[in-house]
Amino acid sequence: MEQVATSHAHADVHGNHEESGFWRRYIFSVDHKVIGVQYGLTALLFLFFGFTLMTIMRWQLAHPGEPIPALFFVVPIAAIGILVFFASGFKPSINMLLGALFIGMAGIVYYLTSGDERFPGGIMLPEFYNQLGAMHGTIMIFLGVVPLAVGAFGNFVVPLQIGAPDMAFPKLNAASYWSYFLGGTTMLVSFFVPGGAANSGWTSYAPLSVIATTGQTMWLIGMIFLITSSLLGSVNFITTIVQLRAPGLTFMRLPFFVWAQLVTSFLLLLAFPPLEAAGILQLMDRVAGTSFFLPSGLVVSGQPLQNAGGGSPILWQHLFWFLAHPEVYVLILPAMGIVGEIIANNTRKPLWGYKSLVYATVFLGFMSFIVWAHHMFLTGMGTTISTFFQTTTMIISIPSVIILTALVLSLYGGSIRFTVPMLFALAFLPMFGIGGLTGLPLGLAPPDIHLHDTYYVIGHFHYVVAPGTLFALFAGIYYWYPKIVGRTMNTTLGKIHFWGSFVAINFVFMPMFIQGLAGVSRRLYDGGQQYAHAQGVLYLNNVMSIAAWALGAFQIVFIINFFWSLKRGKVADTNPWQATTLEWQTPTPPPHGNFLKEPVVVRGPYDYSLPGHATDFIPQNDSDHSR
Amino acid sequence: MEIPYTIQARPDTGLFNAKLGIWLFLASEVMLFGALFSTYILLRTGAETWPRGWEELNIPLATLNTAILITSSVTMVMSWASLMMKDFKKYRRYMASTILLAFGFLVVKGFEYGHKFELGHFPSTSNFFAIYFTLTGLHGLHVIGGIVVNSYLLGPGSKMWATQPGRFTNRVEIAGLYWHFVDLVWIFLFPSLYLL
Repeated sequence: MEQVATSHAHADVHGNHEESGFWRRYIFSVDHKVIGVQYGLTALLFLFFGFTLMTIMRWQLAHPGEPIPALFFVVPIAAIGILVFFASGFKPSINMLLGALFIGMAGIVYYLTSGDERFPGGIMLPEFYNQLGAMHGTIMIFLGVVPLAVGAFGNFVVPLQIGAPDMAFPKLNAASYWSYFLGGTTMLVSFFVPGGAANSGWTSYAPLSVIATTGQTMWLIGMIFLITSSLLGSVNFITTIVQLRAPGLTFMRLPFFVWAQLVTSFLLLLAFPPLEAAGILQLMDRVAGTSFFLPSGLVVSGQPLQNAGGGSPILWQHLFWFLAHPEVYVLILPAMGIVGEIIANNTRKPLWGYKSLVYATVFLGFMSFIVWAHHMFLTGMGTTISTFFQTTTMIISIPSVIILTALVLSLYGGSIRFTVPMLFALAFLPMFGIGGLTGLPLGLAPPDIHLHDTYYVIGHFHYVVAPGTLFALFAGIYYWYPKIVGRTMNTTLGKIHFWGSFVAINFVFMPMFIQGLAGVSRRLYDGGQQYAHAQGVLYLNNVMSIAAWALGAFQIVFIINFFWSLKRGKVADTNPWQATTLEWQTPTPPPHGNFLKEPVVVRGPYDYSLPGHATDFIPQNDSDHSR
Repeated sequence: MEIPYTIQARPDTGLFNAKLGIWLFLASEVMLFGALFSTYILLRTGAETWPRGWEELNIPLATLNTAILITSSVTMVMSWASLMMKDFKKYRRYMASTILLAFGFLVVKGFEYGHKFELGHFPSTSNFFAIYFTLTGLHGLHVIGGIVVNSYLLGPGSKMWATQPGRFTNRVEIAGLYWHFVDLVWIFLFPSLYLL
């Protein structure tokens, strides 16, 4: 990050940023680019931590009842931390901070893989397995993927792509990051309270969550911070995109990524408040003794529960999934946007069917609000309601297919550049395809009755989010890194990271379909050892665990590449990918205020390979080439 | 480059930034209270017995509170209108009355709560009181939020009138939109909790 510091100082000569210290500029900044980087680094750390929780779970699934080799998990993280810390040369810098954070993370992982209340005799307790499961889901979704997809890429890229000087409300933007930070901290601290972290799954189904240990209260408070953060963020994004577009940048000239962020922001704005309501109600149940989600006559451990009763556990599920289904599209839409940008850039062609892509995205956003109960076919809602939600679920698959088809057709006839971001973007297409298609049986009640709560479901949504969204996010990191840092990430290490991850991740998730079809339930802390019907597919647990640890090893390649390229990567000029969109038409890194003079947009976002021009790309604000 | 449209409206959208921002925020608030009202409907229709609002709650006090809030909405509009007519003195008077009326609402609500506690009615007593305390409590928090914002605009925030009168008027306008929303929520709460 040294490089950023010096180049920032350099760029400031042209901008109007007053000289200010490290803290003011990098920690308490209101500049959208700095906040985007803050979001990105924090989210990447949380992703790595959430991933580590899963590798610990995979030990238990592959070797149930065997003592855990704690150092196997702690040493790699500590080693990264020490390397990064020493590479900072002991000067206060972002390197030093990140090194310290990695060392801290190693400490937390050591705490989590030892201690009698979690691992008596080195063997994992089922209660702790539940904590890991709940927190892996929560951290990956709410603290990892969404902040990276929306908070980081949205913040850094959107104002630049629309030719704006900053977000519409810079202070709210900073407040959004710090609210996210507080929420994340609350979640982390909850591991250390008596009884440990939340252990009722990331879905926190009542009534189990209402009678759970203190960690659940921390979870609810953490969620309220995170919801506040996403509320502030989404208001800001929509206002920015609607109000601050540069002259000439009409809605139909917006890059597809901006459209994806706009629809995502509407989903965050309108879907999160019902979860906030649900969180408040569950908090009331836990703290004030109400019975919103507790039915009458509930008996816990042989004792009748002393409460008024009359509540409805199903109500929680409705309120939760009213958020959590749109949330699926919050996870996937920014990823599609990134892939769209990278495909257009690397095929040197306009995106095929730009208008269909936009309309499909808007329609997808709208439909995502009326499909939520397909998560609840087994709650006995009745056939009429089931039929409604099966129908809407089949309808919502249409815009997803339109988007994927348009992206695949965009490849046809292109002279494709197989850069590292393009490799990840290309892998996204079949991986998301597998994730999407395996979802169709789950959207129909009859097959869902067999598949519900099995590993098939886990395989399905991980294909969407891990090799789907996360691959797209990696593509985005490799693609925009040169704009942020001024250097390109190393291609060889990038290719090792890509091919290794691509092979390993399929060995993690493909066997889950086989286990799920065989009927192995999710959330079993011994991986199904006690069940006769699971015996034939138990050997897959070992395959998946080894693949998961290998996947972890390949992420270390990424981390090394990330830090190495900060100082030693190939120096990139303003527009290293020869791209058309506005973020590449300003100095690297962009000065405070983003553009040296206000850009005027004269053409659509993807004018690649227009016949009769010297270059195969024409920037959106380039009027010299206009006919 | 500076951030545009903080004072003047963008020609093609007809809005300045904060006005769009507050409408979006209010849309999310509609979803928040919408989810809570849905909870109320679902619990009430699913319950074996549910008390009538007037049997448990004090209608005269709630009517008084309704009148107080509607009046405060009027004074809020007047404070904005005074700024539009460049009458800062009048603005201060109307804004102060808005804040006083909001405090009045909270005091009356406090008496209502106190009486309920005396009778031994707590959120844990029944789902009726659970939803009553949750909805009115969350609304009360919104009233407090309004008091904080309006007090800022009456006190330290009003210095902006001297330097950027247009921007200050916009701030009062969006604070007003929020305040009318808080008023509106109460106008839904009053009949659905007290009269049904």
